[in-house]
Amino acid sequence: MDFTLSSEQQMLQDTVARLARDHYSFEAREGYYHSEAGMSPVFWNQMAELGLCSVPIAQEHGGFGGSGVDNLLIMTELGRHLCLEPFLQSQIHAAGLLQQLGDASQKADLLPRVAEGSLQLAVALEELQSHYQLHDVQTQARPVEGGWCLSGRKICVVGAASAGLILVSARTSGDTRCEQGISLFLVEAQAHGLQRRDYPCIDGPRASDLILDDVFVSRGALLGDIGEALPALRYQQGRAIAGQCAEAVGGMQEAFRLTLDYLKTRKQFGTPIGKFQVLQHRMADMCGELEMATSMAILAACVADQADGDERSRQLAAAKFVVVRAARLIAEQAIQLHGGIGMTWEYSLAHHAKRLVMLGHQLGDDDHHLQAYAELLHSA
Amino acid sequence: MDIHYTPAELEFRTEVRAFLRDALPADIANSVRLGKRLSKDDHQRWQRILARRGWYAANWPVTFGGTGWSVVQKHIFEQECAAFGAPRLISFGVNMVAPVIMKFGNPAQQAHYLPRILSGEDWWCQGYSEPGAGSDLASLKTRAVREGDHYVVNGQKTWTTLGQHANMIFCLVRTDSEARQQRGISFLLIDMTTPGISVRPIITLEGEHEVNEVFFDNVRVPVENLVGEENQGWTCAKYLLTHERTGQAGIGQSKAALAHLKAVARQELRNGRPLLQDPQFRLQVAQVEIELLAIEMSTLRILAAAQAGGVPGAESSILKIKGSEIRQAISHLLRKALGAKALPFVEAQLTDDFTGTALHSDYSAAPASQYFNLRKLSIYGGSNEIQKNIIAKMILEL
Repeated sequence: MDFTLSSEQQMLQDTVARLARDHYSFEAREGYYHSEAGMSPVFWNQMAELGLCSVPIAQEHGGFGGSGVDNLLIMTELGRHLCLEPFLQSQIHAAGLLQQLGDASQKADLLPRVAEGSLQLAVALEELQSHYQLHDVQTQARPVEGGWCLSGRKICVVGAASAGLILVSARTSGDTRCEQGISLFLVEAQAHGLQRRDYPCIDGPRASDLILDDVFVSRGALLGDIGEALPALRYQQGRAIAGQCAEAVGGMQEAFRLTLDYLKTRKQFGTPIGKFQVLQHRMADMCGELEMATSMAILAACVADQADGDERSRQLAAAKFVVVRAARLIAEQAIQLHGGIGMTWEYSLAHHAKRLVMLGHQLGDDDHHLQAYAELLHSA
Repeated sequence: MDIHYTPAELEFRTEVRAFLRDALPADIANSVRLGKRLSKDDHQRWQRILARRGWYAANWPVTFGGTGWSVVQKHIFEQECAAFGAPRLISFGVNMVAPVIMKFGNPAQQAHYLPRILSGEDWWCQGYSEPGAGSDLASLKTRAVREGDHYVVNGQKTWTTLGQHANMIFCLVRTDSEARQQRGISFLLIDMTTPGISVRPIITLEGEHEVNEVFFDNVRVPVENLVGEENQGWTCAKYLLTHERTGQAGIGQSKAALAHLKAVARQELRNGRPLLQDPQFRLQVAQVEIELLAIEMSTLRILAAAQAGGVPGAESSILKIKGSEIRQAISHLLRKALGAKALPFVEAQLTDDFTGTALHSDYSAAPASQYFNLRKLSIYGGSNEIQKNIIAKMILEL
């Protein structure tokens, strides 16, 4: 048992932390948020130059071959600074799917560009009716001469607008909720028949709905075996969840720090409000939840790259559950303890609160993961 | 970063498991699993078995006859003991007064008391709380007045756990009523057979005799029974409380209780199928299991830090709160799992010498009773509200 970082990991942590501190002040973020791209391409390039974009990619494809813990270190700092770039979606989630399902030529062609940061990827899995269920897929892929034609609608695809390629799940056989018959395709952002509707999300990043109307993709666009994508979708969602948990821990630490500072400086009734026991106990509760969430984010990072199995699935579901619950408590209480100031757009805390609450709306909320865990109770 | 035990630690765990499989009496394990009341003899039998193996004083250094185990080994030992259904050790002697005697006692006290604790000759109880001094322990009023070679003690202690079995009590007493609260307190070891001591049972809401009131009426205690210096008892008290708190998370007990809960929920039926398959009940079991995992991971992080030389500080307050809450939540679910069968209060079935036919099942007799008993977890050892005060002060510096 060892919860310390290696010197390499320490260096990685320092690198991300310094970069984010220098280029991602809250004021800078406001600028990125309101810009055309809704994020900072410059910051993305800096991440690429420092080799951070390559961390989750395998060494044989030009990456650093980082572990779940390396991803945790990066995501925690990105979360602490409310970064808007789709690192999780592109470098961890999509690149993971590509690594797991892609054939040799697909990987050799694409992954080096992903690793160097010149090609961003996005993942389009959620649909209007799916409610976090990866197997609830209505989007159809119809076989045609030389490939497939995709039709359907994907929602809330974070980073779609800046992605060169989008990984789209579609049904090649079976009924809407059948676990078989789901395939994964690489769709070019500029593909004919692909309509994109872009919008900012309430917690900051940009996302898009994709309307696919007979979008043709060639045979080489299929990732993995036909109809067999679901296990990989689930496995890689687990890795993405580990990254999300780490991001949330960074956000929670910052929201917690800001709130604690506030309790020590804000005076009412002639005394710092942190002297009031009812507020102290609220803060102690948040401290306990943050401790639990941190432990679970570490657990998630340590099991994210393990072989697939019930044990791993249970641990990742448990991590997401604990982190979502803790994030909501900390977000709500941080606002409450700040009072009115915590409600204002111009204060970073409010944006952390939004990010922390909305965390559950991506890749499954606490109910979703509690049910997933409960369904695996028999094998415990 | 590595969340796994080392090969040496895994080997140690195998050794512990082999010992427990062999040495733990089945009747005791069964009583613990079912939540029955343990007798004095049950506790003493298990203590003697551990002592024979040299594992009774797991937390002691080798020089005093302990194991000299690392913090991780101690953790593994506790986890395995709990998993096999070993009773929790009555900690007042071996894990509370003993560390104080080792740290603050003189060589004569160490030579006299420590071997008697190891052998089980002395059964210790704790004289801390008073009717007017609970969370505000430093307001205690029991007085000890020096008369020649003796202190004369007058006052009353309460919530004295298993005091009815004890022949020794360690007490916080006031030796200077002029000094500020914490300053005038001393740490005194008192023989329970001394004239002037009387013990009266307090029956708790589940009908059990677990705690007592202890009255002191002109009790003459030799001055050599003072530990540390006069009026410095608060230092001992604080030292002891940190020892009390680190083991309080009770992860092992909670894991064992959860395993039992799941076993019961596989037996109990609702709508003709096992309760563990009931959508609502299953979610509640899943939630406590997840939360317990989070507490366990947090414990391991603190242990790893302690292993590396850090001192577990106020983090143990977080574990105490979380650990007690989860243990209570599991006992709540176990009670609910039984439905109406949780209602009967048949005290004869709660003792481990019950040989008749169980009313509904062997596992349905104790859970409601145990649920009420376990309300104590968030009250004793520094109530959970006091723990939050400690977190606010020590971690948050508010």
